[in-house]
Amino acid sequence: MDNTFEPVIIGFLCNWCSYRAADLAGTARLHYAPNMRPIRVMCSGRVEPDMVLKALRFGADGVLIAGCHPGECHYIEGNLKTLRRYTLLKRMLSQFGIEEERVQLVWASASEGNLLAEAVSRMTESLRALGPLRWNDMLISGNGHGAKDVVKKIVAEMATQEAGT
Amino acid sequence: MSERVGVYICHCGTNIAGMVDVPELTRWSSEQAHVVIARDYKFMCSSLGQDLVAEDIQKLGLTRVVVAACSPHMHEKTFRGACQRAGLNPFLMEMANIRELNAWATDNHKAATQKAKAQVKGAIERVLHHQPLEPIPVQINSNTLVVGGGIAGITAALELANGGHHVYLVEREPSIGGHMAQWDKTFPTLDCAACILTPRMVEAGQHPNITLLTYSQVEAVEGFLGNFKITVRKKARFVNEELCTGCAICEEKCPKKVMDEVFEAGLGYRKAVYRPFPQAVPKYPVIDEANCTYFINGKCKACQILCPANAIDFQQKDEILQIEVGNVILTTGYEPFDPHRIPQYGYGRLANVFTSVEFERMVNAAGPTAGKIVLRDRITAPKSVVIIHCVGSRDENYNEYCSRVCCMYSLKFAHLVHERLSEAEIYNCYIDIRAAGKRYEEFYHRVMKEGANFIRGKVAEVTDAARTLEEEGKLIVQVYDTLFGMQRRLPVDMVILSVGMEARHDARELGKLFGLGCDFNNFFTERHPKLDPVLTMVEGVFIAGACQGPMAIPETVAQAAAAAARVISFIGQGTVMMEPIKAHINADQCSGCRICNNLCPYSAIVYQADQKVSEVITALCQGCGTCVAACPSAAISGAHFTREQLMSQIEGLLWDVRQQELVPV
Repeated sequence: MDNTFEPVIIGFLCNWCSYRAADLAGTARLHYAPNMRPIRVMCSGRVEPDMVLKALRFGADGVLIAGCHPGECHYIEGNLKTLRRYTLLKRMLSQFGIEEERVQLVWASASEGNLLAEAVSRMTESLRALGPLRWNDMLISGNGHGAKDVVKKIVAEMATQEAGT
Repeated sequence: MSERVGVYICHCGTNIAGMVDVPELTRWSSEQAHVVIARDYKFMCSSLGQDLVAEDIQKLGLTRVVVAACSPHMHEKTFRGACQRAGLNPFLMEMANIRELNAWATDNHKAATQKAKAQVKGAIERVLHHQPLEPIPVQINSNTLVVGGGIAGITAALELANGGHHVYLVEREPSIGGHMAQWDKTFPTLDCAACILTPRMVEAGQHPNITLLTYSQVEAVEGFLGNFKITVRKKARFVNEELCTGCAICEEKCPKKVMDEVFEAGLGYRKAVYRPFPQAVPKYPVIDEANCTYFINGKCKACQILCPANAIDFQQKDEILQIEVGNVILTTGYEPFDPHRIPQYGYGRLANVFTSVEFERMVNAAGPTAGKIVLRDRITAPKSVVIIHCVGSRDENYNEYCSRVCCMYSLKFAHLVHERLSEAEIYNCYIDIRAAGKRYEEFYHRVMKEGANFIRGKVAEVTDAARTLEEEGKLIVQVYDTLFGMQRRLPVDMVILSVGMEARHDARELGKLFGLGCDFNNFFTERHPKLDPVLTMVEGVFIAGACQGPMAIPETVAQAAAAAARVISFIGQGTVMMEPIKAHINADQCSGCRICNNLCPYSAIVYQADQKVSEVITALCQGCGTCVAACPSAAISGAHFTREQLMSQIEGLLWDVRQQELVPV
């Protein structure tokens, strides 16, 4: 039984550029990591920070948002709004202690299938190295009610690690 | 919600079935909640496949359909059609792309099957929240805007006008005609360019259905397919078009000579008040404000004094026009590659190195040398000429692409030099001879028979640094002759650079006005490179001719006619159905914060001050969803991409790694 951790990435792909890029990668039979599970949106600007958080909460180890290159958005500047939201979201996520590599924004035009494929494969490997996110285990939520249990768990884990070394 | 979902898994021959375990996927799908039936079939898109879906809808009372197959860009229409025929609203169908985005992109069977399950589950969860939607009818205004008055624009305008529809033909220069008006003969027939072009120019200028707006530019664009509002700036000619008879006395008498960089390619002069060429359409001259003595220091006014029709009006102002059209065709053409960028060819430094554009003007009987092939001194005829192919093309340092026309026009030049200077020695230095058109190869043989020397080698340098007595006073072309396998130095009198075609330097800016994208060479991006070269990603905006990619006159005319035919098809339909992917603001939930107002690139959201809520103008909304994502009150819903649908899809996609739900507080 293969015990390699397979990260699960949720990918938001915009209908006009990045989704077509992913289609092109497949048409060209470019093989890349099968770890990205795609969601089609009309524009990367449709992606709400809420959706990224939902994906992470529900078991995704990472989220990829892919849109058109700045200046090439089918809806003129939707991708620029994505960029703004993404920048603020990353700040918030870092305060949660969620690693940089777990949420990524990539620009890929409709003809750049290989670019998108490589981005997915790279992200998969970096997430594999980081390990699973395990949001529920690592985060205190429910208005702090679970705090004591989470802290106990983290302390126990650290103790096991130290005992091991 | 007691929806009845049918799941259909396509084998696509072995395209999907060869990687994804389709029987397992089907079995697993049938066990999922809400799924009433799960079937697999070799080719779901076939009529038999579609019938499977349609029958199940009717016999099993399906309320939702999931098709796991290829990309929705391939067959979303197909399956929507099948649902509609069976009486189910077409928007209650969702596709899971397990071919392009799965089977074709991996060689790992296990992972592919696991991913396919996730994709199907995501689609099932999503489709449960789909709402029935109706396409939105849009009226098509029968006017068309054609931007660019070269052979492409003229062709498109004439096709539309002869079809009975009104066209605005906007051209930046004072006359229509474009680059073709500059040429002498056209390959391979050696038709005189002006002879075949000018009748069309005249027809376009006189056609009752064509409004010619020359010396004009598009400044702003609003609206969408069927309903564009365009702002055009008609620059002041300082000539009253109502009075001017086109006699050209003003041009004759004007004392100010200006180097003509545009039409004469810097080889000849024009006046400050001028028509670009004698057959200009329209016939009205233009005063070049920057070079006119009157505008510089208030003196002269010879044109005004001598004009028999009193048509000169120095006070004339630019005119701003607002026009309404249903469709737009961009035919803005190209620019020749600037060989200054290749210093080793000596253009601009060595006098007798000419570009192809300069040479065309030279051989043109109406050009600055009256058709005589002479050196820069305007007197001496060259005894030897080298024509260098692929200048700026097929070159990683400049443009990687082939410009398609240069081999043919280089052969044309070889022929014309031979025709006029029968004793001249002619060399064509080429990489390949690309003669892929009707009668092109035969033309190549003809030029070979006429005695032109063909040297297969990319020219390294053009220099005047003589090494031998024979080379003194000549231009030396240094080239490695790959067929002989040796370096050659060709001492000649004249060098012609066959420059490639580039996109206009301001193509991107123009594209932005219309919401168009360009590729990395600045040519406009077509909808599909194989099957749809004239439509762009923007509905109602077409492209034709060299602005789409390098091409010669036959291809340009074909594309222009194709674009016109597409527009006529829209006009003929009268009303076109648009996808109902639009945003809607729930006025009860809207708090009037107006965050959404400035986010819309189409200005489709307005603030109703009396009710203190924002509202989406459905006709203008393009469905990007940016406002939907931004609303802090979640008061905006995006049809067919609602929050519930997308969140459910996320849950479905994570079916196998889903952690325990958090306990809500």
